[in-house]
Amino acid sequence: MREYPAMPRSFAHLSDEAVVALVARSDQEALAELYDRFGRVAYGLALRVVRDEKLAEDAVQEGFLAAWRNAERFMPERAKAGTWLLTLVHRRAVDVVRREQSRRADPLPETAESAPQGSAEDDAWLHFERERVQAALRKLPDQQREALELAYYGGFTQSELAERLGQPVGTIKSRMFAGLARLRELLAEPNGESTWKPTFTT
Amino acid sequence: MEADLHDLTAAYALDALSPEEAREYEAHLARCERCRTELASFAEAAGALAYATEGPAPPPELRARILQQAQRERPNVAPLRKRWVAPLAAAAAVAACVALGLGIWAASLSNKLDRRTKELAREQKVAAILATPSSRTVSFGRGVLVVTKNGDAALVVNHLKQPAHGKTYEAWISAGGAPQPAGTFGGGAVVAVPLEGSVRPGASVLVTVERSGGVEAPTQKPFLSVQS
Repeated sequence: MREYPAMPRSFAHLSDEAVVALVARSDQEALAELYDRFGRVAYGLALRVVRDEKLAEDAVQEGFLAAWRNAERFMPERAKAGTWLLTLVHRRAVDVVRREQSRRADPLPETAESAPQGSAEDDAWLHFERERVQAALRKLPDQQREALELAYYGGFTQSELAERLGQPVGTIKSRMFAGLARLRELLAEPNGESTWKPTFTT
Repeated sequence: MEADLHDLTAAYALDALSPEEAREYEAHLARCERCRTELASFAEAAGALAYATEGPAPPPELRARILQQAQRERPNVAPLRKRWVAPLAAAAAVAACVALGLGIWAASLSNKLDRRTKELAREQKVAAILATPSSRTVSFGRGVLVVTKNGDAALVVNHLKQPAHGKTYEAWISAGGAPQPAGTFGGGAVVAVPLEGSVRPGASVLVTVERSGGVEAPTQKPFLSVQS
């Protein structure tokens, strides 16, 4: 009944975008590969947003299934495959957290509380990427960073943020806009302070 | 008004809009190339925020669960089977189409908004055919063919793979003589196509794989054939 060959296939040489192209052709092994590449980040993100393991799993599952259903609509010239997939997961996580109104009263932690486990999978690249984005975030003016974090990790809408921070919606909008634009610049800098190289003093 | 909508790009990339605001912005996106370009780069920056989180690895069973569910949703091709069904099936098909229409907005990362608008028009046409009370519905296992008394017809096929690069699916109406081209379409989880031309009782609807853009007469053996 299986269409794909019994021989194990290697996807290692394929770009993320190529894997999504295979997912669009209902290739389940390609979906598995996509999960192996992004499942961990997706789960970390979902957990940060929904702060409940069960709900985080649901958000990741729904996000990957949305990718499975909509892969043919993915346009590589518009977004990286990883961005596309993580957006699908993020959207599900935000939907969940907005439904779970009660959680909204919880204090927002500065960073996720759980320590990384399964560090075998937590490869150096992921670690590097985390450091790089965290460093860029730290360089943002506090108000911009706060707006980005509460919106993206907190799942707040701009109107909710305005209310919560006692600011006009226009101000929140501007902070998100300026913050995201600055973050984009910082991440584009090729040799920021956090470049992944051991530094030696000579 | 439109100027205000430009300012929502960052909030949209962060998923920080209410559903109503998001819909309004998406409608604007369809008209505004500048916002589409800006959204692409903002979405990249917002996506990077995902990497700043730390936490435990997902439980191993999550992977298996996702793959099983994916398999359930899109199993391998079912054999063709034709039988008459009650108009109830038409209602189900309408529901499927409405869900599809909504799904289009929901899945709206969607950069193909311009093309989507055309697709939406096609879906509305299909929905109109399916909603006609006197329509006849022929079920064939992988989908349905719905024909109104006037001969307007819509073909709904589930789980149709994307055609290979440079290829398209092409529908044909065959009523004894040479099959007449009835429109081209791509693959998808649920493909709903209004057929061009009229389907008289007894006529067959065929689908072949042809080169992109479609051809005037079928060059391949039909992989799907339904008699109305």
